[in-house]
Amino acid sequence: MAAQNFLEAIREGLREEMARDAAVYVIGEDVALGGPFGATKGLAEEFGANRVLNTPISEGAVMGMATGAAALGLRPVVEVMYIDFITLAMDQLVNHAAKLHYMSGGQIRVPLTIRVQGGASGASGAHHSQSLEAWFLHVPGLKVVAPSTPADAKGLLKSAIRDDNPVLFIEHRDLYWSRGDVPQTDAVVPLGVAAVRRTGADATVVAFSKMVGTALEAAETLSETGISVEVIDLRSLCPLDLDTIVASVRKTGRLVVAHEAVEVGGAGAEIAARVQEAAFDYLDAPVTRVAAPFTPVPASPPLEKLFVPGKDRIASAVRSLLGRGAE
Amino acid sequence: MLPDLPQAELIELYRIMLTMRRFEEALIVATESGTSVGHFHVYIGQECTGAPALSQLGREDTIFTTHRNHGHVLGRGADPGRVLAEIMGRATGYNGGKGGTLHVTARELGVLPTSAVVGGVVPLATGAAFAAKQRGSDAVCMCFFGDGVLEEGAFYEAINIASLWSLPVIYLCENNSEGAIAGEFPGSTIAARPLTDLPAAFRIPAQAVDGTDAGEVYGAVKKAIQRARAGEGPSFIEARTVRWPGSRPLWPDLLTGETDLAFAWEPARIPQSHGDWHRSQDGLLRFTRELLQSGRIAADEILALDGAVRAKMQEAVRFAIASPYPEAESALAGVFAR
Repeated sequence: MAAQNFLEAIREGLREEMARDAAVYVIGEDVALGGPFGATKGLAEEFGANRVLNTPISEGAVMGMATGAAALGLRPVVEVMYIDFITLAMDQLVNHAAKLHYMSGGQIRVPLTIRVQGGASGASGAHHSQSLEAWFLHVPGLKVVAPSTPADAKGLLKSAIRDDNPVLFIEHRDLYWSRGDVPQTDAVVPLGVAAVRRTGADATVVAFSKMVGTALEAAETLSETGISVEVIDLRSLCPLDLDTIVASVRKTGRLVVAHEAVEVGGAGAEIAARVQEAAFDYLDAPVTRVAAPFTPVPASPPLEKLFVPGKDRIASAVRSLLGRGAE
Repeated sequence: MLPDLPQAELIELYRIMLTMRRFEEALIVATESGTSVGHFHVYIGQECTGAPALSQLGREDTIFTTHRNHGHVLGRGADPGRVLAEIMGRATGYNGGKGGTLHVTARELGVLPTSAVVGGVVPLATGAAFAAKQRGSDAVCMCFFGDGVLEEGAFYEAINIASLWSLPVIYLCENNSEGAIAGEFPGSTIAARPLTDLPAAFRIPAQAVDGTDAGEVYGAVKKAIQRARAGEGPSFIEARTVRWPGSRPLWPDLLTGETDLAFAWEPARIPQSHGDWHRSQDGLLRFTRELLQSGRIAADEILALDGAVRAKMQEAVRFAIASPYPEAESALAGVFAR
């Protein structure tokens, strides 16, 4: 174990996989320079310019080229600088990368990893702040991963790169400088396995990415008034570890789903629907979502702060499920 | 003109063109007699482009194409029965029925997935060329698409990178717009004139050829493949053909009948309707005339060759129609690779 921040863990994960498999390469805007936050810094020097490739500002072509190269057996790791820019690559990702295996009757595999970062922070405005995971959950053939800790960032990235399917790997910019213990061994974290971050008896909060930390803070606050909250970190949204959620709900009887994306049509809606189908008899209260309002992400700091769900909103949702009302 | 090839290769080229033509005629006849398939697009009229282009590729080379793929897939050596079975949604089809006419894929023949969103095929093919280069192989990728692709942005992003990185890709634009839209070439809805100006602006060698002139196509493709294999980068070829009168946005119609090859040596038999097509626009008849005039083949040999091809297509139709549909439950399998 070593204490590393999220960016360092990502870089280590990339380094190890590039060293392990010559088919792995990194491609995107400015990646040879390290990218805007330094996630790929030093990789070009270590592995050479043909393994870490800077591209023009052409998200669609880069995604399509990576898909074509993956179809022939390479293992590209595409970096889309901000998840907001992925709109330019949607045809390639949704109509091609996601479907080639199925449409070809299994003749083609697309071992493609797409690293994106997003989330609202730093007054970045509506084109550099979104949480868009729900769009991709709607596409058969895409896997979606959203780590919350440096150790998971590394371990899940390694799994994503070794997976024979396109995997969208969503990083929250606000987590980049958070630190944690990261295994220095070849510790792969499997896709589709959630982690129980805190055990509790009165309510379950399901979250992913940065919102896991917010949920843990809310759980800590609630514990001071004797409320015991279980916090589940999904880690992967597709495949979804429904079993872990349902097992927790059977114990607590109450569920809050928290995410930073807008509430309408978000991942929380899907999780709520599936939990009520699987565990309706165990629920003592309706499933509640804590998510962003139905607006673009505003830039000004107080507006942005209102947009991002905080620990107080999660705590208040849990209290309300327990019938104790907001304090 | 004929490509400068030995006798046996010329006849083989002709056999492939006949296969492309007779396959689609058989498909249209089958649908008209009640065999249900989804809407489809035909390659009729473009055989003199696809056959000489594909004949120059090696085993390690790959092709990418679009919704108008039947000719390309057959030209690459695919089994007509399995292609037809795929078009008819049968379990014996190349994709097990999951792709259909728009997405025929034959990985073992280097026929990679198609894009029916059309422009998307250009980045995919460019990526395959990148993969060949990355591996240090001298394989090339041939990317077939219609002129409509030049109206989508994906084309420009991808050819820019192909040019910057000198990728081994041949962009073969089959401009079949004449006849579809009134006016001079190009008939597509794009402001650029000529279309070859567009890749040229990205410093990609670009040449327009008559897509019904097999010799001209052969020569242009040969040069492009040599350039790609030598690591010198991409090329763009615009092959111009006239749109076959039976082309329709959804279901084609055999307006010109099943091709009567005798029109090539008995022009008096050409009917008034669609006379221009038979006399001067159909590449297959043109190639037939050129072969005859060269003295390399006689009319009765042509009819014998054609008879063998047609018999094979009838066999393909029987195979496809007799093939079972896939189990309905198979629809749920294969979303993810394991």
